[in-house]
Amino acid sequence: MDQKQNFTKGFIKENPVFVLLLGLCPTLGVTTSAINGMGMGLATLFVLVMSNLVVALIKDYIPDKVRIPAFIVIIASFVTIVELTMQAYTPALFEALGLFIPLIVVNCLVLGRAEAFASKQSLASSLIDGVGMGLGFTFALTLLGAVREILGSGAFFGMKLLEGDLMLVFVLAPGAFIALGYLIALSNKLNKA
Amino acid sequence: MEYFAIIIGAIFVSNIVLAQFLGICPFVGVSGKLSTSVGMGGAVLFVMTLATITTWVLQYYVLNPFGLGFMQTIVFILVIAALVQMVEIILKKVSPPLYQALGVFLPLITTNCAVLGVAILTIQKEFNLMEGVVFSIANAIGFTLAIVLFSSIREHLDLMEVPKGMRGVPIALVVAGILALAFMGFTGLV
Repeated sequence: MDQKQNFTKGFIKENPVFVLLLGLCPTLGVTTSAINGMGMGLATLFVLVMSNLVVALIKDYIPDKVRIPAFIVIIASFVTIVELTMQAYTPALFEALGLFIPLIVVNCLVLGRAEAFASKQSLASSLIDGVGMGLGFTFALTLLGAVREILGSGAFFGMKLLEGDLMLVFVLAPGAFIALGYLIALSNKLNKA
Repeated sequence: MEYFAIIIGAIFVSNIVLAQFLGICPFVGVSGKLSTSVGMGGAVLFVMTLATITTWVLQYYVLNPFGLGFMQTIVFILVIAALVQMVEIILKKVSPPLYQALGVFLPLITTNCAVLGVAILTIQKEFNLMEGVVFSIANAIGFTLAIVLFSSIREHLDLMEVPKGMRGVPIALVVAGILALAFMGFTGLV
């Protein structure tokens, strides 16, 4: 696998949300609008890239038996950095994402990449993997957020497109499950074709 | 009455899985069979209650007095990971039958965001210890209720003629959406 494939696999072929089904909690929880989805995606991207980087750097010094707790501490440190930074500079987004920012720690995607990829591969590959997977995650969240925002409140990134009553259910909890279900079906179809 | 409101609120009105989107991974991952979902629910009940008690004590007796509030995320996840490991070891020694029943689910629970989520929510809502315990038990029951309902539906779904592209996870998510819609009927109960 060359580096270009390594980078692009996260978007369609191995998209973390639509294909690998990792990190579904924030995916469903924060995507009431495209901008929230994107903010969450970028926060996860940062944590993913940094933790992949650090894990790849120090993987030879971590004893095999304690590697999972060690990875969790590394990830938790970067999550804390993101949390405090967002609280200071983007308070509105911090409020909107709420509980799901500290919960990046238990996003299976981040730990999964650290364990399955960064702890075995070279520094450069891990970095590219982190950026690719993170962008794929951001893409999935933004797409789901955009679909829900358009169907539910007739807007796109906050710009009003349609007036009047729309399918409010898509902004509420049930709509998240239904919209994601159909998007996964679509991605299954695209990947097979 | 206070406790009653917490219990009804956590189980029905803002169900942890169907309204708050916590613990979706096990909800989708291990809900294929009814028996495994009951086991998972039991393991979550056990760990969630222990984790909430431990993290509550740490928050109010260690983190707050020393002004270490910013360490919350790191400390909580480490405590939960250690706790899960410890529970596994103790159960193995003390009660092999229980270990047989819950054992396989325990390692999965560390990365179950419902456990960390409830621990953080308990602090955010400024519950006292007793309210926190009630809150976490109620949430675990809510989780079990959702996952058991969902898995019994999925068992039936296996026998149905589902359009090809929707088979597996997509149809399961649409079913979860309808289940969430049903739970929205409880809105405004407390």
